Parts: sequence; C-alpha cells; structure tokens
Amino acid sequence: MLSARIRKERRSAGAPSFTLDVSVEVSTGITILFGASGAGKSTLLDCLAALAQPDEGRIAIGNDVLFDSAAGVHVPAPKRRIAYVFQTLALFPHLSAEENVAYGLRGLPEAERRSRVEAILQAFRVEKLRRQKPGEISGGERQRIALARSLVTEPRVLLLDEPLTGLDAELKATIVDDLRAWNTAKEIPVLYVTHSRDEVDALGERVIALDNGRVASSGPPMEVLNAPRRKKLAQAAGFENLLSATVLDLREADGVMRVRLGQSACEIEVPLGYAVAGSRVQVAVRAGDILLATERPHGLSARNVIAGRIVSLEQRGTIVIARVDCGVTFVVHVTPGAVRALELTAGRPVWLVLKTHSSHLVD
Amino acid sequence: MEALWLSMKLAASVAAILLVIGMPVAYWLAFSSWRGKFLLESVVALPLVLPPTVLGFYALVAMGPRGPLGKLWIALFGHGLAFTFAGLILASALYSFPFAVQPMIASFEGVDRRLLDASAVLGAGSLRTFWRVILPLSLPGVVTAAVLSFAHTLGEFGVVLMIGGNLAGVTRTVSIDIYDHVQSLEYGEANRMALVLLIISFAVLSFVYAVNRRVWTPWAAK
Repeated sequence: MLSARIRKERRSAGAPSFTLDVSVEVSTGITILFGASGAGKSTLLDCLAALAQPDEGRIAIGNDVLFDSAAGVHVPAPKRRIAYVFQTLALFPHLSAEENVAYGLRGLPEAERRSRVEAILQAFRVEKLRRQKPGEISGGERQRIALARSLVTEPRVLLLDEPLTGLDAELKATIVDDLRAWNTAKEIPVLYVTHSRDEVDALGERVIALDNGRVASSGPPMEVLNAPRRKKLAQAAGFENLLSATVLDLREADGVMRVRLGQSACEIEVPLGYAVAGSRVQVAVRAGDILLATERPHGLSARNVIAGRIVSLEQRGTIVIARVDCGVTFVVHVTPGAVRALELTAGRPVWLVLKTHSSHLVD
Repeated sequence: MEALWLSMKLAASVAAILLVIGMPVAYWLAFSSWRGKFLLESVVALPLVLPPTVLGFYALVAMGPRGPLGKLWIALFGHGLAFTFAGLILASALYSFPFAVQPMIASFEGVDRRLLDASAVLGAGSLRTFWRVILPLSLPGVVTAAVLSFAHTLGEFGVVLMIGGNLAGVTRTVSIDIYDHVQSLEYGEANRMALVLLIISFAVLSFVYAVNRRVWTPWAAK
C-alpha cells in the first residue's frame, strides 16, 4: 500500500502558479490516475518517484517512510525502488534493448542477471529484439522494452505515465494484457496515468480523478466517471452534452429537481443537488444515454420527454451523431440501423427521452 | 622540427589535463542550480576575451620565485616554474580552459533530462548516470573539447612568449619558432613551418566539424 499526502506549489514564468494538494492511497492492483492535462498527474508521479520534492507532506510504502517534510526524511530516487515509465519512455538510445533492460540490475550475479533479463524479455515478447537499439524498433516494441526495463528490477510500486499513447487499440490491448498478467503474479500497487476512457475501462479497478491539483473523486471507475462532479472531468470522461441550466424548484421527497436548460423553454428533471431555486448548475449527459423517438412515446418510466428537430446527422464509424435542436442543442448517438428504420433525416421532428439519473450535475 | 615536436607534446598534455579538470567543472556548470553560477561561467569564459599577454603576465607573476605558485613549486621541486615546460603547460591550460569546458557544457546540457530521471529511478547514483548515460551521449562534445584545446594550444603565441621565453627544446614552440625565423629574415624556413601548422589546424578542425555532424556516431537515429 502506497500512501501519500503531497503539497507542492509550482511556479513558472508567464503561467499562473499551480498547487498540487492531494492525499492518495494506492493499494495493490492497477489504480488509474485520471484527469485533463494540467491537472497535476505528472507532478504527482514525479513527487512519488523523488524526481521532484514536495513542499510538504508524507510519502510511505507500508511502514517505510520515503518522504516526510516534518521529520526531514527524503529518500532519493535511486533508493526508492519505485519504477516509473515515462510518457516519452526515455529508453537509453545508445544501449541495445537488452542493455536497457539490464540497466537497473546492478549488484546481482551475472547468471541471475542474465536469467531475469531473459525472463522479462519473453514475458513482454521482445526477446528477438535484444540486440536492437531503441532507434531501430517500432513504437509498440519500444513501449514493451520500457515496461520490461522498469519491471525487471522488481519494484515496490510502478508508476506509468500514459505509456501507451499513440498505439492503435489492438496493440494497446495486447500490451495491457501482458501488463495485467504480470501484475497478477507480482501484486504491487500500480498507478497508471491516462486520459483515455478506453484504457480506464480496460484496466482500472479503481480510479483517482484529479482536477486542478486536487482529488476530485475516487472509487470504482463506474462511480467516478459516470457521475463526474467537475466540468473538466465530464468533458474528459466523454460527456458530449454539457448544458448550463437554472434550477426552478426542488422536490426533496422525490430526490429530484426541475431545471430549465439555457435560455430555452426546455425543462427537465434531474437528480437533486446542492442548489436552491434560481441557482445556476451544469448538467452533463452522455450522447449514448439519450433515446430518440419519431412519435411522442407513452407509458415510460423516463421522466423527461423533450420535443425537438434534427439539425444534422453525421456518420462516424459505426455510430451516427445526431444534433437535435430543442431550444438547446443535444448530441445524440444512434446506430446506422436506427437511422434507416426510423428514416431519420435533417429537419425531421423527433422526441428525446432522458432518464432523470442519466443527467449528472457538475460543478 | 624540434619546435614542432615540442608544440605537439605541449598541446597533447594540455588537452589531456583539460579533459580531466574540465569535465567536472562542465558537469557542475551544466547541472547545478546555484544562483551565482553565472560568476563561474564568466571566469571560465575570461580567457576568450583577455589578451594573452594579460593572462601571461598574471601567470608569470604567480609563477615567479615570489609568486604563490612559484614558491610552492620551489618548495616541492627545488626549482622555479617560470620558463619551464611545466610552467608552459599550466599557463596554456589556463588559456585554453574555455575551449575545453564550453563544448562539454553544451553537450551535457543537450542530454534529455528524462534519461537522467530514468537512470535515477532505475537505481543509479549520479556517478553511474554520468558514466553510463551522460558521457556516452556527450561523446562528440568531449571529443570536440579535447581536439579544440589541442588545436588552440598548438596555435598560441602570446602566453608562451610571456611565460616560456624562447629556450630551444624546452619552451620554443612552433609559433615562437616561426616568429624567430621571420625576425631573422629566414622566410623559406618560416613558410615551411607555417604551412605545417596550417595543415595540421585544418585537419583538426575538419575532424571536429565531422564529429559534430555525427558522421561516425553509431547510434544516429534513422
């Protein structure tokens, strides 16, 4: 278990000062560190690895204190045994793949070192590249070598800063599988930075969401990302509809409140939030959580049925993005089959159906 | 030819000494975050702007029998430092210092900081990081430093004249020799030596520029 309480102010010329102020606990298994760029993810990782020093706080793995500003403890990076795979990978360009992997294995008998390098090269399926330099191999292979180089040292914690950026989905999936298999065997805390929704779904057992230097929320991925409380998080988590609204009235007994969207006449029911009548809130809705009907539907449990008109239809891959004007514009995702079956075209009047709990209030 | 051999010996010694002394200085200047660093940077660059006679003058005073260096040398070896080959090496090293240090600073600073971070998290201390990562990746800069301080020492005149005088086989280098020949109107002899020096200097500089284009570095990116 890695536990850290970190406060660090970062000033740079021409930019507003930024303060990272977080308290996190990372248990064994993969924890996703999620957040928009500039949220403080890399700063947090640098502090954990001792590449940056917090202004104050405490970092410990179990009972082993690595940093404590009050007690004056600061274990330097080479002694922390925290592995860190950078976004740029930082493979040594003048060393072969094998030499890169063996770099962190000092002080071991030659035979032991050889067998560990061999084992990890096989585990990440790069044993054929042992003599190649990083400049001579592909992006995905470099990523595998970088993972192998970090893991061969048997670290106590693994930090991964968007290590799979720029890979196609299939390649990503195979590397993720290898990483998962490895972690099942070793059982150490892994902190995995990403802002890709796909990687969160594929990997994460827990998510810590950072926003502007603070922990916005943490917990299982479904809870954190499906009920985003902050606007930036909502955008990053793929909430296509982010609408400003005015609270009309609260119905505490039902746990809901009515809001008016933007300047329009369009009113919907959303879950009760911390608000009073007249206050302004932001409502986030996934494009895939909205139903589209060509006739006014009856007998539904969904509380919001909104009349509108299709503005445009745009096919992207296997989904069609429909923009629907209801006084405010909603983005709705439908399948190409639904477009054909309902004969949807631009200009056609439609009804949008939205469950109360598919609407999320964000700060 | 004795003068040429002496010049070569002097230049090679200076280059070797400057590599050893200049490397830690360059390392410190490249990576220290001390705020007063600019002061040391200025001191290192001083020989670039000072006339060699100024440098030679101070060196001569320091090495003289009443100067601190001279006294120390007499106490250690029983004879003075001025007008000896050792004194010449010392003064030349001082004069060529920026030519050794600056290319090394530039190449050390050119190494991607994330590689140093990677080395640190993989358990390497700063010395190991230097030998295994910084030095191999800065090799062109280090070669440039050695070659430039060699070439610069080969071609110097003012400092040698101030500190070494003109003793055949001890301090009479090629540049002094050429000057002597011209003074005695032996233009043919002067021409021969001058041409040799010109060719050597050209060869050395071509080597430096070729190395910096990374013509021969084995890990050039594709």
